[in-house]
Amino acid sequence: MKRHLNTLFVTLDGSYLRKDGAAVEIRHEGETKMRVPLHNLEGISCFGWDIGASAALMAACAEAGVSISFHTPHGKFLAATRGFTSGNILLRREQYRRADDEAASVAIAANMLAAKLANARQVLMRAARDHGGKSPERASALGQAADAIAVRIGLLGRAGTLDSLRGIEGDAASTYFSVFRHLLVNHDPLVRISGRSRRPPLDPVNALLSFLYVLLMHDCRSALESCGLDPQCGFLHRDRPGRPSLALDLMEEFRAFLADRVALTLLNRKQITFADFRTAESGAVLLKDDSRKQVLAAWQERKQDEIIHPFLDERVTLGLLPHLQARLLARHLRGDLDAYPAFLSK
Amino acid sequence: MFGEDQLIPISALQHWLYCPRQCALIHVERAWAENRFTAEGRVMHARAHDGPDESRQGVRITRGLPVRSLRLGLAGECDVVEFHPGGRILPVEYKRGKPKSHRADEVQLCAQALCLEEMLSASVPGGCLYYGERRRRMEIPFDADLRDLVAAAAVAVHDCIRDGFTPPAEYETRRCGACSLLDLCQPQALRFRRGAGAWFGQRLRAVLSEET
Ligand code: SF4
Repeated sequence: MKRHLNTLFVTLDGSYLRKDGAAVEIRHEGETKMRVPLHNLEGISCFGWDIGASAALMAACAEAGVSISFHTPHGKFLAATRGFTSGNILLRREQYRRADDEAASVAIAANMLAAKLANARQVLMRAARDHGGKSPERASALGQAADAIAVRIGLLGRAGTLDSLRGIEGDAASTYFSVFRHLLVNHDPLVRISGRSRRPPLDPVNALLSFLYVLLMHDCRSALESCGLDPQCGFLHRDRPGRPSLALDLMEEFRAFLADRVALTLLNRKQITFADFRTAESGAVLLKDDSRKQVLAAWQERKQDEIIHPFLDERVTLGLLPHLQARLLARHLRGDLDAYPAFLSK
Repeated sequence: MFGEDQLIPISALQHWLYCPRQCALIHVERAWAENRFTAEGRVMHARAHDGPDESRQGVRITRGLPVRSLRLGLAGECDVVEFHPGGRILPVEYKRGKPKSHRADEVQLCAQALCLEEMLSASVPGGCLYYGERRRRMEIPFDADLRDLVAAAAVAVHDCIRDGFTPPAEYETRRCGACSLLDLCQPQALRFRRGAGAWFGQRLRAVLSEET
């Protein structure tokens, strides 16, 4: 059990959460393990198959705007409770209006993708600087890819349709993943990557990335929910029932900066090695169950690092970034900001 | 005349006078964040509303009385209304902290009085504010100025809710520092409100000009 960013993480299987006055009380095997006042919380995330919560607690949480979500022990989202949808109907209507308007969608999506590519480029340049001395060949491959991505970013600004944005992004992404192996240093030759594969991941690095992207997607989805946006209605990703398109849009700007960097750290420090993966009969590569816990821990740790938010000019934890960007997006939709200032890392 | 389903809460007037944007965030966008101040205020209110009606020396004391005015389009609840022998009606409102420089508390109390006047066809010439920090009552006469202020605020809030428009933020250290919606409102970020696009372009160019 742990608190982080005003979220209470309950990881002890067999826990029962109940309301105790204005607090949540966590009981386990007849003992009180922890009490946390609800007004200090934004959310309660439970990781385990055997964790329960009383209806009275759910009602109190719904009223106080605290979300309760249930996840598998590995962090996969299962369900969440919430009260009545709050009255952000005007915001949602505006979101739908813009999503129906191609030019308005392009304006938002172009900034999201520009930030995505710029942040990916930063990861390449950082590696070129850090490891380039030892291997000029690697540094030059990374540098070339970074330049190619810079050119694509320039094109984004001139693209007039969502399809052309997607095309430019696709090119840049394949450039990025074509040099991704150069980001791995002194690595186990068995831990390899050749391009991006998702369904299913066909190599260990892709398996690790996919898992981290799932974690990131859930953070983005919660962030959107909590500021009243509809996570299913995207600007770049098209509507498809059940698909959290706006969460997928929002996570673009964080993929490299949050998820890829955690993956690289784990691999380069050999905290995750070939032994952490298994290959299914189909050739799909999967992260082993125990190893997922370790990745989850590294993810939580990364979220506690701090930066100065480029637009807000305030010190914030990385875990808060999806929430802040979701709020800025809502501000843009409401007309407070003339554009969506997507997150650009340094 | 307003219909019953068009009534806005009296508390919205207070929010409006504190900051029109705060009012819109709460009543238009329905964003609500509770901070220490509002939490304490609620505990105090629960206490004032608690307890049965009682009579003291011929004064009948009613707690949590629901009131409305169709003329102003307002609805709310009075903390305490004292009905004195001889017909004097005195609303009393309990406040955390101390008297404030803006007139939001007086407006709220006077709005309650205007509702009472309309519902009881009586006149309510004054009321009392009780401040927790000072532990004493302040008498508030409902003069023409205050009544006009209530009416004007009611019109402004009705317009704001009908148009669904959230006014932009004006950052003011003292006011925003005590505002429960600071994190949602992000008034500092809105400094750039006409320049978020320009900011993004500049920052993007700066990031891209870094040598590979
Ligand atoms: S933070 Fe400041 S501008 Fe924003 S609602 Fe509160 S008082 Fe108004």
